[in-house]
Amino acid sequence: MIHFEEEQFVQAYYGEVDENTRRHLQECAACGAEFARLRDLLDSVRDYPVPERESSYGSDVWARLAPCLGPQAPPPKLRPAWFRWWILAPALAAFVVVVFVAGIVTGERRTGISARSRERVLLMAMSDHFDRSQILLTELVHANPGSSGLMAQREKARELLTENRLLRQSAVHMGDVSDADLLDALDRVLLDFANGSSTSPPDNLAALQQRIDNDALLFKVRISGADAREKGQKL
Amino acid sequence: MEWTDAVAADEARKGNQYAFRVLVERHSRSIFRLAFRMTGNEQDAEDLVQETFLRAYKQLTQFDARSGFSTWLYRICSNCALDLIRARKRRNEQQPYSGDQFPLHWLDRVASPGPSPERLTQSKQITGQVEAALQRLSETERLAFVLRHYEGCDIEEIAATLGVQANAAKHSVFRAVQKLRRALEPAWGVAAR
Repeated sequence: MIHFEEEQFVQAYYGEVDENTRRHLQECAACGAEFARLRDLLDSVRDYPVPERESSYGSDVWARLAPCLGPQAPPPKLRPAWFRWWILAPALAAFVVVVFVAGIVTGERRTGISARSRERVLLMAMSDHFDRSQILLTELVHANPGSSGLMAQREKARELLTENRLLRQSAVHMGDVSDADLLDALDRVLLDFANGSSTSPPDNLAALQQRIDNDALLFKVRISGADAREKGQKL
Repeated sequence: MEWTDAVAADEARKGNQYAFRVLVERHSRSIFRLAFRMTGNEQDAEDLVQETFLRAYKQLTQFDARSGFSTWLYRICSNCALDLIRARKRRNEQQPYSGDQFPLHWLDRVASPGPSPERLTQSKQITGQVEAALQRLSETERLAFVLRHYEGCDIEEIAATLGVQANAAKHSVFRAVQKLRRALEPAWGVAAR
Protein backbone atom coordinates (compact mmCIF):
# COMPACT_ATOMS: atom_id res chain seq x y z
CA MET A 1 0.00 0.00 0.00
CA ILE A 2 1.30 3.46 -0.89
CA HIS A 3 1.24 5.88 2.05
CA PHE A 4 0.40 9.56 1.84
CA GLU A 5 2.92 12.38 1.56
CA GLU A 6 2.95 15.10 4.22
CA GLU A 7 1.36 17.60 1.84
CA GLN A 8 -1.64 15.33 1.35
CA PHE A 9 -2.23 15.19 5.12
CA VAL A 10 -2.23 18.99 5.23
CA GLN A 11 -4.73 19.16 2.37
CA ALA A 12 -6.89 16.57 4.10
CA TYR A 13 -6.86 18.59 7.33
CA TYR A 14 -8.23 21.61 5.47
CA GLY A 15 -10.92 19.54 3.79
CA GLU A 16 -9.35 19.36 0.35
CA VAL A 17 -9.98 15.62 0.03
CA ASP A 18 -11.74 13.34 -2.39
CA GLU A 19 -13.54 10.11 -1.51
CA ASN A 20 -10.46 7.90 -2.16
CA THR A 21 -8.32 9.92 0.23
CA ARG A 22 -10.95 9.79 2.93
CA ARG A 23 -11.28 6.04 2.54
CA HIS A 24 -7.51 5.57 2.65
CA LEU A 25 -7.24 7.52 5.89
CA GLN A 26 -9.88 5.28 7.45
CA GLU A 27 -8.37 2.03 6.23
CA CYS A 28 -4.61 2.63 6.57
CA ALA A 29 -3.56 2.53 10.22
CA ALA A 30 -0.19 4.22 9.60
CA CYS A 31 -1.66 7.12 7.61
CA GLY A 32 -4.60 7.39 10.03
CA ALA A 33 -2.22 7.73 12.98
CA GLU A 34 -0.04 10.26 11.17
CA PHE A 35 -3.11 12.29 10.22
CA ALA A 36 -4.36 12.21 13.83
CA ARG A 37 -1.02 13.60 15.06
CA LEU A 38 -1.18 16.45 12.56
CA ARG A 39 -4.82 17.15 13.41
CA ASP A 40 -4.09 17.31 17.15
CA LEU A 41 -1.24 19.71 16.62
CA LEU A 42 -3.14 22.02 14.27
CA ASP A 43 -6.21 21.95 16.52
CA SER A 44 -4.04 23.05 19.44
CA VAL A 45 -2.52 25.88 17.42
CA ARG A 46 -6.07 27.07 16.73
CA ASP A 47 -6.38 28.06 20.39
CA TYR A 48 -3.73 30.77 19.98
CA PRO A 49 -5.51 33.66 21.73
CA VAL A 50 -6.02 37.19 20.53
CA PRO A 51 -6.37 40.03 23.09
CA GLU A 52 -10.02 40.83 23.68
CA ARG A 53 -11.57 43.96 22.22
CA GLU A 54 -14.70 45.56 23.66
CA SER A 55 -17.89 45.59 21.62
CA SER A 56 -17.36 49.36 21.33
CA TYR A 57 -14.01 48.80 19.63
CA GLY A 58 -15.38 49.69 16.18
CA SER A 59 -16.57 53.07 17.50
CA ASP A 60 -13.17 53.70 19.09
CA VAL A 61 -11.45 52.96 15.78
CA TRP A 62 -13.84 55.31 14.02
CA ALA A 63 -13.17 58.08 16.56
CA ARG A 64 -9.44 57.84 15.82
CA LEU A 65 -9.95 57.49 12.09
CA ALA A 66 -12.54 60.17 11.37
CA PRO A 67 -10.24 63.20 11.84
CA CYS A 68 -7.76 61.69 9.36
CA LEU A 69 -10.45 61.48 6.69
CA GLY A 70 -11.16 65.21 6.84
CA PRO A 71 -9.92 67.32 3.95
CA GLN A 72 -7.87 69.94 5.77
CA ALA A 73 -6.12 70.50 9.07
CA PRO A 74 -7.41 73.51 11.08
CA PRO A 75 -5.87 76.87 10.13
CA PRO A 76 -2.90 77.94 12.27
CA LYS A 77 -3.42 80.54 14.99
CA LEU A 78 -1.96 83.98 14.46
CA ARG A 79 1.25 84.28 16.44
CA PRO A 80 4.51 86.11 15.91
CA ALA A 81 6.46 84.37 13.13
CA TRP A 82 9.40 83.42 15.39
CA PHE A 83 7.04 81.77 17.93
CA ARG A 84 5.54 79.18 15.56
CA TRP A 85 6.46 75.64 16.51
CA TRP A 86 7.44 74.62 13.01
CA ILE A 87 10.10 77.29 13.07
CA LEU A 88 11.34 76.71 16.63
CA ALA A 89 11.21 72.90 16.62
CA PRO A 90 13.18 72.31 13.41
CA ALA A 91 15.77 74.86 14.48
CA LEU A 92 16.20 73.08 17.80
CA ALA A 93 16.22 69.63 16.16
CA ALA A 94 18.72 70.79 13.51
CA PHE A 95 20.94 72.06 16.31
CA VAL A 96 20.78 68.67 18.08
CA VAL A 97 21.57 66.86 14.82
CA VAL A 98 24.50 69.16 14.00
CA VAL A 99 25.89 68.57 17.49
CA PHE A 100 25.38 64.85 17.04
CA VAL A 101 27.08 64.69 13.63
CA ALA A 102 29.93 66.80 14.96
CA GLY A 103 30.18 64.28 17.79
CA ILE A 104 30.48 61.41 15.34
CA VAL A 105 33.11 63.16 13.27
CA THR A 106 35.24 63.99 16.27
CA GLY A 107 34.12 61.01 18.32
CA GLU A 108 37.27 58.99 17.95
CA ARG A 109 39.27 61.77 19.45
CA ARG A 110 37.04 62.11 22.48
CA THR A 111 36.31 59.85 25.38
CA GLY A 112 33.60 61.79 27.26
CA ILE A 113 30.44 60.66 25.39
CA SER A 114 29.57 57.00 25.15
CA ALA A 115 28.34 55.40 21.92
CA ARG A 116 25.12 54.59 23.75
CA SER A 117 24.44 58.25 24.53
CA ARG A 118 25.16 59.25 20.94
CA GLU A 119 22.77 56.60 19.65
CA ARG A 120 20.11 57.77 22.08
CA VAL A 121 20.42 61.39 20.93
CA LEU A 122 20.19 60.27 17.30
CA LEU A 123 17.14 58.11 17.94
CA MET A 124 15.28 60.89 19.77
CA ALA A 125 16.16 63.42 17.04
CA MET A 126 15.06 60.88 14.42
CA SER A 127 11.78 60.25 16.24
CA ASP A 128 11.08 63.99 16.48
CA HIS A 129 11.90 64.44 12.79
CA PHE A 130 9.62 61.59 11.74
CA ASP A 131 6.79 63.02 13.88
CA ARG A 132 7.01 66.40 12.18
CA SER A 133 7.39 64.82 8.75
CA GLN A 134 4.27 62.78 9.47
CA ILE A 135 2.28 65.95 10.20
CA LEU A 136 3.47 67.55 6.96
CA LEU A 137 2.77 64.43 4.89
CA THR A 138 -0.72 64.18 6.40
CA GLU A 139 -1.41 67.79 5.43
CA LEU A 140 -0.07 67.06 1.96
CA VAL A 141 -2.15 63.98 1.28
CA HIS A 142 -5.29 65.80 2.38
CA ALA A 143 -4.56 68.97 0.44
CA ASN A 144 -6.87 69.81 -2.42
CA PRO A 145 -4.88 70.06 -5.68
CA GLY A 146 -7.03 72.96 -6.75
CA SER A 147 -6.55 75.00 -3.58
CA SER A 148 -4.02 77.67 -2.54
CA GLY A 149 -0.25 77.44 -2.91
CA LEU A 150 0.43 75.71 0.42
CA MET A 151 3.15 78.25 1.16
CA ALA A 152 3.42 77.45 4.87
CA GLN A 153 3.77 73.74 4.12
CA ARG A 154 6.44 74.38 1.49
CA GLU A 155 8.39 76.41 4.04
CA LYS A 156 8.10 73.53 6.51
CA ALA A 157 9.30 71.09 3.84
CA ARG A 158 12.42 73.22 3.22
CA GLU A 159 13.22 73.22 6.93
CA LEU A 160 12.67 69.49 7.24
CA LEU A 161 14.83 68.87 4.19
CA THR A 162 17.99 70.24 5.81
CA GLU A 163 17.43 68.20 8.92
CA ASN A 164 16.50 65.15 6.87
CA ARG A 165 19.85 65.18 5.08
CA LEU A 166 21.82 65.45 8.29
CA LEU A 167 19.88 62.57 9.80
CA ARG A 168 20.32 60.47 6.67
CA GLN A 169 24.06 61.07 6.81
CA SER A 170 24.07 60.00 10.47
CA ALA A 171 21.99 56.90 9.75
CA VAL A 172 24.39 55.87 6.97
CA HIS A 173 27.32 56.47 9.29
CA MET A 174 25.70 54.28 11.97
CA GLY A 175 24.96 51.53 9.42
CA ASP A 176 21.19 51.94 9.87
CA VAL A 177 20.21 50.95 6.32
CA SER A 178 16.49 50.84 6.98
CA ASP A 179 16.21 54.41 8.28
CA ALA A 180 18.68 55.67 5.68
CA ASP A 181 16.47 54.25 2.90
CA LEU A 182 13.35 55.79 4.40
CA LEU A 183 15.03 59.18 4.86
CA ASP A 184 16.18 58.95 1.26
CA ALA A 185 12.60 58.39 0.06
CA LEU A 186 11.41 61.21 2.30
CA ASP A 187 14.13 63.48 0.91
CA ARG A 188 12.85 63.06 -2.65
CA VAL A 189 9.27 63.90 -1.68
CA LEU A 190 10.28 66.89 0.45
CA LEU A 191 12.54 68.17 -2.30
CA ASP A 192 9.89 67.90 -5.01
CA PHE A 193 7.31 69.58 -2.83
CA ALA A 194 9.62 72.32 -1.52
CA ASN A 195 10.71 73.22 -5.05
CA GLY A 196 7.15 73.45 -6.36
CA SER A 197 5.60 76.90 -6.57
CA SER A 198 2.18 78.27 -5.78
CA THR A 199 1.58 78.40 -9.53
CA SER A 200 2.50 74.76 -10.13
CA PRO A 201 -0.23 72.84 -11.91
CA PRO A 202 -2.55 70.84 -9.63
CA ASP A 203 -1.31 67.66 -11.34
CA ASN A 204 2.05 68.01 -9.58
CA LEU A 205 0.46 67.84 -6.17
CA ALA A 206 -1.77 64.95 -7.22
CA ALA A 207 1.29 63.05 -8.49
CA LEU A 208 3.08 63.70 -5.21
CA GLN A 209 0.06 62.48 -3.23
CA GLN A 210 -0.02 59.37 -5.41
CA ARG A 211 3.69 58.75 -4.77
CA ILE A 212 3.25 59.09 -1.00
CA ASP A 213 0.35 56.69 -1.19
CA ASN A 214 2.07 54.13 -3.45
CA ASP A 215 5.21 54.03 -1.29
CA ALA A 216 3.11 53.89 1.91
CA LEU A 217 5.44 56.66 3.03
CA LEU A 218 3.16 58.06 5.70
CA PHE A 219 2.74 54.64 7.26
CA LYS A 220 6.47 53.89 7.20
CA VAL A 221 7.30 57.27 8.72
CA ARG A 222 4.78 56.69 11.51
CA ILE A 223 6.13 53.21 12.31
CA SER A 224 9.78 54.27 12.13
CA GLY A 225 9.09 57.29 14.35
CA ALA A 226 7.47 55.09 16.97
CA ASP A 227 10.29 52.54 16.72
CA ALA A 228 13.00 55.17 17.09
CA ARG A 229 11.24 56.68 20.12
CA GLU A 230 10.85 53.29 21.77
CA LYS A 231 14.46 52.30 21.15
CA GLY A 232 15.71 55.69 22.31
CA GLN A 233 13.73 55.47 25.54
CA LYS A 234 15.14 52.03 26.25
CA LEU A 235 18.74 53.17 25.92
CA MET B 1 -32.10 51.23 4.03
CA GLU B 2 -30.31 48.01 4.91
CA TRP B 3 -26.60 48.67 5.25
CA THR B 4 -25.12 45.59 3.65
CA ASP B 5 -21.39 45.82 2.94
CA ALA B 6 -22.02 46.40 -0.77
CA VAL B 7 -24.56 49.18 -0.13
CA ALA B 8 -22.37 50.85 2.49
CA ALA B 9 -19.28 50.66 0.26
CA ASP B 10 -21.24 52.15 -2.62
CA GLU B 11 -22.56 54.99 -0.44
CA ALA B 12 -19.11 55.61 1.05
CA ARG B 13 -17.69 55.86 -2.47
CA LYS B 14 -20.16 58.68 -3.11
CA GLY B 15 -18.78 60.54 -0.09
CA ASN B 16 -21.18 59.38 2.59
CA GLN B 17 -18.99 59.21 5.70
CA TYR B 18 -21.70 57.59 7.79
CA ALA B 19 -21.64 54.63 5.39
CA PHE B 20 -17.89 54.27 5.84
CA ARG B 21 -18.39 54.46 9.58
CA VAL B 22 -20.77 51.50 9.36
CA LEU B 23 -18.06 49.49 7.60
CA VAL B 24 -15.37 50.50 10.09
CA GLU B 25 -17.52 49.58 13.08
CA ARG B 26 -18.54 46.28 11.50
CA HIS B 27 -15.09 45.05 10.49
CA SER B 28 -12.67 46.54 13.03
CA ARG B 29 -12.56 43.54 15.34
CA SER B 30 -11.93 40.98 12.61
CA ILE B 31 -9.23 43.17 11.08
CA PHE B 32 -7.64 43.53 14.52
CA ARG B 33 -7.61 39.73 14.91
CA LEU B 34 -5.94 39.25 11.55
CA ALA B 35 -3.44 42.05 12.24
CA PHE B 36 -2.59 40.64 15.65
CA ARG B 37 -2.07 37.14 14.31
CA MET B 38 0.18 38.53 11.62
CA THR B 39 2.34 40.62 13.95
CA GLY B 40 1.96 39.03 17.39
CA ASN B 41 2.01 42.52 18.86
CA GLU B 42 -0.96 44.52 20.14
CA GLN B 43 0.33 48.00 19.33
CA ASP B 44 1.38 46.98 15.82
CA ALA B 45 -2.05 45.44 15.31
CA GLU B 46 -3.73 48.71 16.36
CA ASP B 47 -1.56 50.64 13.89
CA LEU B 48 -2.43 48.17 11.15
CA VAL B 49 -6.17 48.52 11.80
CA GLN B 50 -5.88 52.28 11.43
CA GLU B 51 -3.73 52.05 8.31
CA THR B 52 -5.99 49.43 6.72
CA PHE B 53 -9.08 51.62 6.97
CA LEU B 54 -7.18 54.70 5.82
CA ARG B 55 -6.00 52.87 2.70
CA ALA B 56 -9.43 51.37 2.16
CA TYR B 57 -11.00 54.85 2.29
CA LYS B 58 -8.55 56.16 -0.30
CA GLN B 59 -8.97 53.15 -2.56
CA LEU B 60 -12.75 52.78 -2.33
CA THR B 61 -13.13 53.51 -6.03
CA GLN B 62 -11.05 50.40 -6.75
CA PHE B 63 -13.33 48.13 -4.71
CA ASP B 64 -15.09 45.63 -6.93
CA ALA B 65 -18.44 44.76 -5.35
CA ARG B 66 -18.29 41.24 -6.84
CA SER B 67 -15.65 40.29 -4.26
CA GLY B 68 -16.63 40.54 -0.60
CA PHE B 69 -15.78 43.73 1.25
CA SER B 70 -14.18 41.77 4.10
CA THR B 71 -11.97 39.85 1.64
CA TRP B 72 -10.91 43.15 0.12
CA LEU B 73 -10.13 44.57 3.56
CA TYR B 74 -8.15 41.42 4.44
CA ARG B 75 -6.07 41.97 1.34
CA ILE B 76 -5.33 45.56 2.31
CA CYS B 77 -4.55 44.61 5.89
CA SER B 78 -2.28 41.79 4.70
CA ASN B 79 -0.35 44.17 2.47
CA CYS B 80 0.05 46.65 5.33
CA ALA B 81 1.24 43.82 7.57
CA LEU B 82 3.76 42.66 4.98
CA ASP B 83 5.10 46.22 4.71
CA LEU B 84 5.45 46.42 8.45
CA ILE B 85 7.01 42.98 8.91
CA ARG B 86 9.52 43.55 6.11
CA ALA B 87 10.49 46.92 7.55
CA ARG B 88 10.90 45.33 11.00
CA LYS B 89 12.89 42.46 9.59
CA ARG B 90 15.34 44.82 7.91
CA ARG B 91 15.65 46.71 11.17
CA ASN B 92 16.10 43.57 13.26
CA GLU B 93 18.87 42.33 11.01
CA GLN B 94 20.97 44.80 12.96
CA GLN B 95 19.88 43.17 16.24
CA PRO B 96 20.39 39.38 16.17
CA TYR B 97 17.35 37.37 17.23
CA SER B 98 17.18 36.17 20.81
CA GLY B 99 14.66 33.59 21.91
CA ASP B 100 13.71 35.76 24.90
CA GLN B 101 12.40 38.60 22.77
CA PHE B 102 8.86 37.37 22.19
CA PRO B 103 6.31 39.72 23.68
CA LEU B 104 4.40 37.77 26.26
CA HIS B 105 3.23 40.81 28.24
CA TRP B 106 -0.15 40.99 26.46
CA LEU B 107 -0.97 37.45 27.58
CA ASP B 108 -1.79 38.80 31.01
CA ARG B 109 -4.64 40.76 29.45
CA VAL B 110 -6.17 37.88 27.51
CA ALA B 111 -9.50 37.06 29.11
CA SER B 112 -9.39 33.55 30.55
CA PRO B 113 -11.68 33.19 33.56
CA GLY B 114 -11.32 30.16 35.75
CA PRO B 115 -8.21 28.11 34.97
CA SER B 116 -5.80 27.11 37.69
CA PRO B 117 -2.42 28.87 37.92
CA GLU B 118 -0.71 25.71 36.59
CA ARG B 119 -3.07 25.54 33.62
CA LEU B 120 -2.57 29.26 33.01
CA THR B 121 1.20 28.86 33.09
CA GLN B 122 1.02 25.93 30.71
CA SER B 123 -1.32 27.85 28.42
CA LYS B 124 1.08 30.82 28.36
CA GLN B 125 3.93 28.48 27.64
CA ILE B 126 2.09 26.92 24.72
CA THR B 127 1.05 30.29 23.35
CA GLY B 128 4.61 31.54 23.64
CA GLN B 129 5.82 28.50 21.72
CA VAL B 130 3.21 29.02 19.01
CA GLU B 131 4.18 32.68 18.71
CA ALA B 132 7.86 31.74 18.54
CA ALA B 133 7.14 29.16 15.85
CA LEU B 134 5.01 31.63 13.86
CA GLN B 135 7.77 34.22 14.07
CA ARG B 136 10.15 31.81 12.39
CA LEU B 137 7.96 31.53 9.28
CA SER B 138 8.64 33.75 6.32
CA GLU B 139 6.13 36.60 6.01
CA THR B 140 4.31 34.94 3.11
CA GLU B 141 4.14 31.61 4.93
CA ARG B 142 2.79 33.30 8.03
CA LEU B 143 0.20 35.24 6.10
CA ALA B 144 -0.86 32.18 4.10
CA PHE B 145 -1.16 30.13 7.28
CA VAL B 146 -3.08 32.79 9.22
CA LEU B 147 -5.54 33.24 6.37
CA ARG B 148 -6.01 29.49 5.91
CA HIS B 149 -5.99 28.33 9.48
CA TYR B 150 -7.61 31.14 11.45
CA GLU B 151 -9.62 33.05 8.89
CA GLY B 152 -10.82 30.05 6.89
CA CYS B 153 -9.91 31.57 3.51
CA ASP B 154 -9.68 29.17 0.58
CA ILE B 155 -6.60 28.79 -1.59
CA GLU B 156 -7.90 31.12 -4.32
CA GLU B 157 -8.49 33.93 -1.81
CA ILE B 158 -5.04 33.43 -0.31
CA ALA B 159 -3.48 33.42 -3.78
CA ALA B 160 -5.28 36.68 -4.61
CA THR B 161 -4.13 38.27 -1.36
CA LEU B 162 -0.52 37.20 -1.86
CA GLY B 163 -0.61 38.02 -5.56
CA VAL B 164 0.63 34.54 -6.53
CA GLN B 165 -0.69 31.47 -8.34
CA ALA B 166 -2.91 29.02 -6.44
CA ASN B 167 -0.17 26.37 -6.39
CA ALA B 168 2.30 28.78 -4.81
CA ALA B 169 -0.29 29.73 -2.17
CA LYS B 170 -0.96 26.07 -1.43
CA HIS B 171 2.76 25.44 -1.11
CA SER B 172 3.14 28.38 1.31
CA VAL B 173 0.46 26.90 3.55
CA PHE B 174 2.17 23.51 3.41
CA ARG B 175 5.62 24.95 4.18
CA ALA B 176 4.14 26.85 7.14
CA VAL B 177 2.51 23.72 8.57
CA GLN B 178 5.68 21.75 8.02
CA LYS B 179 7.80 24.31 9.89
CA LEU B 180 5.28 24.57 12.72
CA ARG B 181 5.33 20.79 13.12
CA ARG B 182 9.12 20.71 13.25
CA ALA B 183 9.13 23.48 15.83
CA LEU B 184 6.25 22.39 18.03
CA GLU B 185 6.09 18.62 18.00
CA PRO B 186 9.24 18.00 20.05
CA ALA B 187 8.05 20.42 22.77
CA TRP B 188 4.40 19.42 22.70
CA GLY B 189 5.09 15.72 22.98
CA VAL B 190 5.10 16.51 26.71
CA ALA B 191 3.43 19.88 27.19
CA ALA B 192 0.22 19.75 25.17
CA ARG B 193 -0.98 16.22 25.61
